[in-house]
Amino acid sequence: MADFLSFSHMSKTYPGVKALSDVSFGVGKGSVHGLIGENGAGKSTLIRILSGDTAADTGEIAIDGVTQHFSSTRDAFAAGVVVVHQELQLVPGLTVAENLRLGRFPNRAGIIDFRSLKAEVNRRLQEIGLSIDADTKVARLSLGERQMIEIAKAIMLDARIIALDEPTSSLSSQESEVLFRIIGELSAAGKVIIYISHRLDEIFRLCDGCTVLRDGKLAAHHPSMAEVTRDSLVAEMVGREISDIWGWRGRPAGEVRLKVEGITGAKLPRPIDFEARAGEIVGFFGLVGSGRSELMRLVYGADPRHSGKVAIDGADSSGASPRRSIREGLVLCSEDRKFDGIVQGLSVGENIVISARRHFSPFGVLSLRREADTAAEFIRQLRIRTPSARQNIVNLSGGNQQKVLLARWLAETGVKVLIVDEPTRGIDVGAKAEIYELLYHLAEKGLAIVVVSSELPEVMGISDRILVMCEGRIAARYDRAQFNEHAILASALPDRTAGEPNKKAS
Amino acid sequence: MAFLKRLLLGEQGLLVIFVVAFAAVSIFVPSFLTERNMLGLFQSVVTIGIVACTMMFCLASRDFDLSVGSIVAFTGMVAVMASNASGSIVIGLITALACGTFVGFVNGVIIAKLRINALITTLATMQIVRGLALISSDGRAVGINDPGFYQLALSRFLGIPTPIWIMVALFCVFGFVLNRSVFGRNTLAIGGNPEASRLAGVNVDGMRIWIFTIQGLVCAVAGILLASRITSGQPNAATGLELSAISACVLGGVSLAGGRAAMTGVIVGVLILGIAENAMNLLNIQAFYQYLVRGLILLLAVLLDNVRSTGLGRK
Repeated sequence: MADFLSFSHMSKTYPGVKALSDVSFGVGKGSVHGLIGENGAGKSTLIRILSGDTAADTGEIAIDGVTQHFSSTRDAFAAGVVVVHQELQLVPGLTVAENLRLGRFPNRAGIIDFRSLKAEVNRRLQEIGLSIDADTKVARLSLGERQMIEIAKAIMLDARIIALDEPTSSLSSQESEVLFRIIGELSAAGKVIIYISHRLDEIFRLCDGCTVLRDGKLAAHHPSMAEVTRDSLVAEMVGREISDIWGWRGRPAGEVRLKVEGITGAKLPRPIDFEARAGEIVGFFGLVGSGRSELMRLVYGADPRHSGKVAIDGADSSGASPRRSIREGLVLCSEDRKFDGIVQGLSVGENIVISARRHFSPFGVLSLRREADTAAEFIRQLRIRTPSARQNIVNLSGGNQQKVLLARWLAETGVKVLIVDEPTRGIDVGAKAEIYELLYHLAEKGLAIVVVSSELPEVMGISDRILVMCEGRIAARYDRAQFNEHAILASALPDRTAGEPNKKAS
Repeated sequence: MAFLKRLLLGEQGLLVIFVVAFAAVSIFVPSFLTERNMLGLFQSVVTIGIVACTMMFCLASRDFDLSVGSIVAFTGMVAVMASNASGSIVIGLITALACGTFVGFVNGVIIAKLRINALITTLATMQIVRGLALISSDGRAVGINDPGFYQLALSRFLGIPTPIWIMVALFCVFGFVLNRSVFGRNTLAIGGNPEASRLAGVNVDGMRIWIFTIQGLVCAVAGILLASRITSGQPNAATGLELSAISACVLGGVSLAGGRAAMTGVIVGVLILGIAENAMNLLNIQAFYQYLVRGLILLLAVLLDNVRSTGLGRK
């Protein structure tokens, strides 16, 4: 059978990155095809080219044997290609109906026919099995509902090819089931579905075949899933054994460097105690919403404390402000790199010295020489991959941006306690291993390190101790010898049957 | 107390405040609520009211236009000079409308296609166009030769001056366009989420060019009416109009971050500014204080809006 959708020799280069190189594969009519790979493997680039959002340097897309030339998303729509992006593309101030037909309002002489718009949208929503009213403003919908609207948008366009980028990431399991049913109906109707997901179980459940990308290249193409196993896919994605990327090694723990006692805040009404010793890596695990990041922000002084004490090296750090904390040697590397981490538009070098520069800027006059030396030193030490310190930071990969952030705090003199929130979110395996190595190195130098992560294997892989948070309190504490995936996860899950919090090890 | 809070912070909070203020002024300021004064009040807000219509679209699409005051002065100038030169008011008006449209179109193209920030672009055209108005008149007011030109502002229909009718008509038209037309909904869409709109196939660049072009055209209408009312083309007319028009929109709940606008709000915003000025005139308060009061009103309105949106966010 000839392929309905085929990519041939697709290549795309961004400044400094070869995002896609010579990728060719095809997908048959009526099939659900998985597209997988690590972050930065080239999936998004391929999808952006398919959606007409960006053009390939070389290579061709053919649909039903006809070579396509997309110069905008409109062209792609016209050819029947719709991409449902991971970042939702809805206008919050407009209604569901308006969003669904945005760009294609039913109108007479520019005046919208709201009656037919509403009727049509309600009918289509019903067909799909969604009970959302067409007149609801999108701002009032839950994230999951918005995701379903986004998918309904693709269906309403009568697309021939629908690409879904991580569609279940914000869906509940019930909503996911609805989505899977819709996908089944679409493929039965002869549509081609390109399904991008990190969740391999979904790939196995839904897809007729799949393609693995790695470093912008085609790592494997499976027209059917018959011979494919979970392990073989993972191996193809990573291209190497991943048995031990953690590389944990024991360290003697020293004096208590950080002692938190009875801390409470607006979002954490119940007092929390914990401590971290010199040379120790303390992992904080918890589900989203368990209060991990909020706790760290309280400790750091980013949010106002209601009560409680934070002591660093035995000295009470009473002033609860980030400025005070930094001066006393406590730094927080926050969770959202883009939002409150890197300063976009500034160079790598500037981003490194932005905090430390006040130590070597007499009377506020910058010492460019010392700044350059400091930046160069950390770029070398942390192996930050950048053409030069003058490179704009937005051109760096996620992993290297993370290293720049760590460098920023390491450049501060006298850091005693380092809190890192989600240190490896959105970065690839290779860069993760380097970040871990860096954390071990810092711990060996005598820092107390607190790592917050929602990835259990990561927390278990790198921590000396794990504290599990659940619903705004520390639900359990484990030493490395007691680490047990099942037990840790169980204590992170809210226990609604038991009245009292079940104490595990303490 | 809770009821009061709900009333003030609800959707119609601004309208409630407006009604209360209007009633208070009617009671306490003598000769405020007279037919003569009401007509005067409406006439005084014609320019700002007309310009606010399209300024609303501009702000709703996340853009900004500082050049409106200059366009109003320039097109008024053009209307008078072209009428004088050609001896035909019609030719004068058409020339003025064409000039306004052209300036708006240039704004739009520079902003949408050359991707220059709207603030900078219109800051530049504001000065360029003001310069053109001064150059063409050599800095002096230009009198109107044909008395027929005065009639634009003086004529009445059902006892109400034509400019007021035109303003009301534009309120209706743009209110309809905002709520009922593809153009209006697309405007809110590109202001609310430009990327989503682009990916949905909305011609974002085209929309922005249209919005600025229409703004230019509407400014020309305001400019013509103003010239007719002050019986001359004044190169220094309508200074500061851009900020008044933006104030009126913001008072009316239009979000500077785009994506939120309502015509009724803008009308109320325009009237609040007009009433404040009118009442102070009637009370013989020195004109200098009016700046103070207008600034305070604006500040209070945005504070109220802020309280309201955080209140909604917590729900």
